[in-house]
Amino acid sequence: MPKNPDIKRVLVIGSGPIIIGQAAEFDYAGTQACQSLREEGVQVVLMNSNPATIMTDLDMADRVYIEPLTVEFAERVIARERPDGLLPTLGGQTGLNLATQLAEQGILERYGVRLLGTTLPSIRMAEDREEFRALMRRIGEPVPDSWIVESEEALRDIANAGIWPLIVRPAYTLGGTGGGIACDQDQLMEIGCGGLSASMRHQVMIERCLLGWKEIEYEVMRDANDTCITVCNMENFDPMGVHTGDSIVVAPSQTLSDKEYQLLRSASLNIIRSLQIEGGCNVQLALDPHSFAYNVIEVNPRVSRSSALASKATGYPIARVAAKIAVGLRLDEIPNAVTGKTLACFEPALDYCVVKIPRWPFDKFVHADRTITTQMKATGEVMAIDRSFEAALMKAVRGLEIGVFGLAGKRTNELSDVRIEAGIATPTDERLFIIAEAFRRGMMVEEVYAFSKIDPWFLRKVQRLVTMETRLRIEAGAIANLVDSPTESDPTAALIREAKALGFSDRQIAANTGIAEKEVRKLRKALGIVPVYKIVDTCAAEFEAKTPYYYSCYETEDESWVSPSEAELAATSAAKGESDER
Amino acid sequence: MLLLEDGTVFRGVSLGHRGLACGEVVFNTGMTGYQETLTDPSYAGQIVTLTYPLIGNYGFNHEDFESRRLQVEGFVVRESSEEPSNWRSAGTLDGFLRDHRVVGIQGVDTRALTRRLRAHGSMMGVLSCDESLEAATQRLRSAPPYDKVDFVKKVSADAPYEWPAEGEPRVRIALLDCGVKFSILRHLAKRGCATTVWPCTASAHEILERQPDGIFLSPGPGDPSNLGHIVDTVRQLAYAKPTIGVCLGNQLLGFAFGGRCFKLRFGHRGSNHPARDLETGRVYITSQNHGYALDPASLQDGMEVAHVNVNDGTVEGLRHRELPILSIQYHPEASPGPHDSGYFFDRFIGMLEAV
Repeated sequence: MPKNPDIKRVLVIGSGPIIIGQAAEFDYAGTQACQSLREEGVQVVLMNSNPATIMTDLDMADRVYIEPLTVEFAERVIARERPDGLLPTLGGQTGLNLATQLAEQGILERYGVRLLGTTLPSIRMAEDREEFRALMRRIGEPVPDSWIVESEEALRDIANAGIWPLIVRPAYTLGGTGGGIACDQDQLMEIGCGGLSASMRHQVMIERCLLGWKEIEYEVMRDANDTCITVCNMENFDPMGVHTGDSIVVAPSQTLSDKEYQLLRSASLNIIRSLQIEGGCNVQLALDPHSFAYNVIEVNPRVSRSSALASKATGYPIARVAAKIAVGLRLDEIPNAVTGKTLACFEPALDYCVVKIPRWPFDKFVHADRTITTQMKATGEVMAIDRSFEAALMKAVRGLEIGVFGLAGKRTNELSDVRIEAGIATPTDERLFIIAEAFRRGMMVEEVYAFSKIDPWFLRKVQRLVTMETRLRIEAGAIANLVDSPTESDPTAALIREAKALGFSDRQIAANTGIAEKEVRKLRKALGIVPVYKIVDTCAAEFEAKTPYYYSCYETEDESWVSPSEAELAATSAAKGESDER
Repeated sequence: MLLLEDGTVFRGVSLGHRGLACGEVVFNTGMTGYQETLTDPSYAGQIVTLTYPLIGNYGFNHEDFESRRLQVEGFVVRESSEEPSNWRSAGTLDGFLRDHRVVGIQGVDTRALTRRLRAHGSMMGVLSCDESLEAATQRLRSAPPYDKVDFVKKVSADAPYEWPAEGEPRVRIALLDCGVKFSILRHLAKRGCATTVWPCTASAHEILERQPDGIFLSPGPGDPSNLGHIVDTVRQLAYAKPTIGVCLGNQLLGFAFGGRCFKLRFGHRGSNHPARDLETGRVYITSQNHGYALDPASLQDGMEVAHVNVNDGTVEGLRHRELPILSIQYHPEASPGPHDSGYFFDRFIGMLEAV
């Protein structure tokens, strides 16, 4: 099916001001979409209230309106521009909400504007909790059990079912007053009864709590011909209970066997089909670490915050492809710009590991509560790519620009053992560093797991990095000797190579050996330990890639192509703290 | 050390059994499913490298075997996880390779190796724990080329055996075992098929004597042009009963209807290959593992192309204009890979019940 010829002019709604959970990722998505639509000869009318966006640059859209993202202003723009379609799925929740209001108030119908990508009933079905749960039950996808309770007897019945732990959420109270997590009958009765009396309707919702389950996300795409693909899956380092925006995220998943990977992939495709989304969709799932049981947590029927990460992690431009699907193209009609030869209808294969770490503004808001829970607090994020998880993690930590250059936190070594245990159990921005400190003090992986429920696979990687710190300290003398006479065959040279492959910076090697950073670098170069650059190509080298999208690693083969003309280097500061938004 | 036919040497650290292994070096781009890959009979005679760098993360378990033993000749990875984490894990990759006496290597720049194979095509190679290049070169010279060996005979069942249906049997299937995977038999059993698995040397006469409702031609290793002895059997079976072929089974059906195969430069191995159903236009993401493809122009006697690969246009499936014959080059049983094509089993059962 070629592009729909009826769609000549499309209104794209941006995401407005930057707020937590809705930041530059939607400018990225919107910009890609504008370019993608114009490539198809579609005129783009853009509406956004945020001037500090690339999408509002005059060469991105045919018409740009810097206006408040409200129904009144949007109607005026529609009346003036008379677009054939509205693309609501690229402007985050703001764009989706505005489009929903325009549709519900009959404005789109009045001006003959088609909602592209996702239909109104689909949006409602995904956004309304009850409708969504009903849909999931119809298509056989499990959602966390929940019950509306209005009496003590009903609470007792639930307790008898023996499903623990449970979350108690009183209806109609502010900020979750009177709620909590119950792990046995006594707690449920206590919290539940408290909740019932705190609720003005004498009503609480009891929901199965999946605390400690693995949190996995899939980015899926579907076209009008019902062809579906998954672009990427991602595994959260932090288990359920932490908002994905506040979680360290790894792509692809690391601890899932093929059976588990495919189980959740099939569920994600089942969901995007049932919602009939034409474009991209993000599915969040929880997986029991001790069985094949899983639950669907949430679906975003649009390009989401995670889509930007998934796009950059795989090289697959989700927003660009979603925009083309919205105007009628099929996945197997859209070229894969990275290879130039293959099409967008495939699933990226990664041959590296990607780590995202959120950036929190607690350095600016020193009195803020640093606890990370289900409400997102991060204002930015960094992503790092490498051939090992350890190196990607270390690169990401350095990318945060928080004055930390490895897993030694700023003052974590001063914490008492009790504070360390508490710091492992309670997610905060410093938990990663506290876990490393726990390993430094000889804590076992099993103990850290018991407190944190972070998968032992990740914990062992952190432990391995801490072990490398120790090994460097022990070999400090040998390394110092090597500085005087560098020999490639010396076993100490292999240790340095190993440390570099694990992502240790020269500065960290210096800190752990007492040798000056400059000397470490000189030694490393003398030993021929230098990084090479590999390409992110969407296909794990199966096809030749055309785009120069690189990451560094300590491997053998370098793929970078050096331009014969004089090159300019553009460096940017990426991680966002508050106040340096751009 | 891994020595390639073109003289390239990759050095690394020994993994699994310490010894010497020689085979065709191929790469697979799947990010999960190494246990299924290692135990898949279609990899007989091959040294497999995985492009994903972190392997062994979820260990090995007792359920994900695709045959009774490890089938690969050798295994090449970037990093093998020493301490796997998964609720079903019963051991490490290293231990598992050692128990099954499979030679492996880790610490290899597998992306560099893959790029080499992409540029020069799949080639023979030797994995050796010995530092001497001479011994490895000697072994490489004396090894028979992959294309000339009949691996099917090595992996096929020795004698017929039954794989019962789950619940009440609906249909009886005769499966010609050229290197069948357990998940194919499980898929059939789940759909009510009582399956008799036949060695590849069984004659059409003895198979048909048992009056099966349908014939299943399994996947398997190697160059199909070595399998003249099976093609005759396949032709007789396909004319007699509704027949479905998968992977090598697809190629055998092609041969039975006048077709020829050619070798792909580096094959299709992974879990992300798009295949288009020409009837509906719909594209499925498929699990693939094949080094040869049918030449569409060579097909005769009513056989036609039904599925094509979206990337390179090669044949991914056949159907017959009159006879109830269907076949696909990719893996409906997945394991590893996406489950999108499971419907193919239902189509087969539907075809049998319609007859």
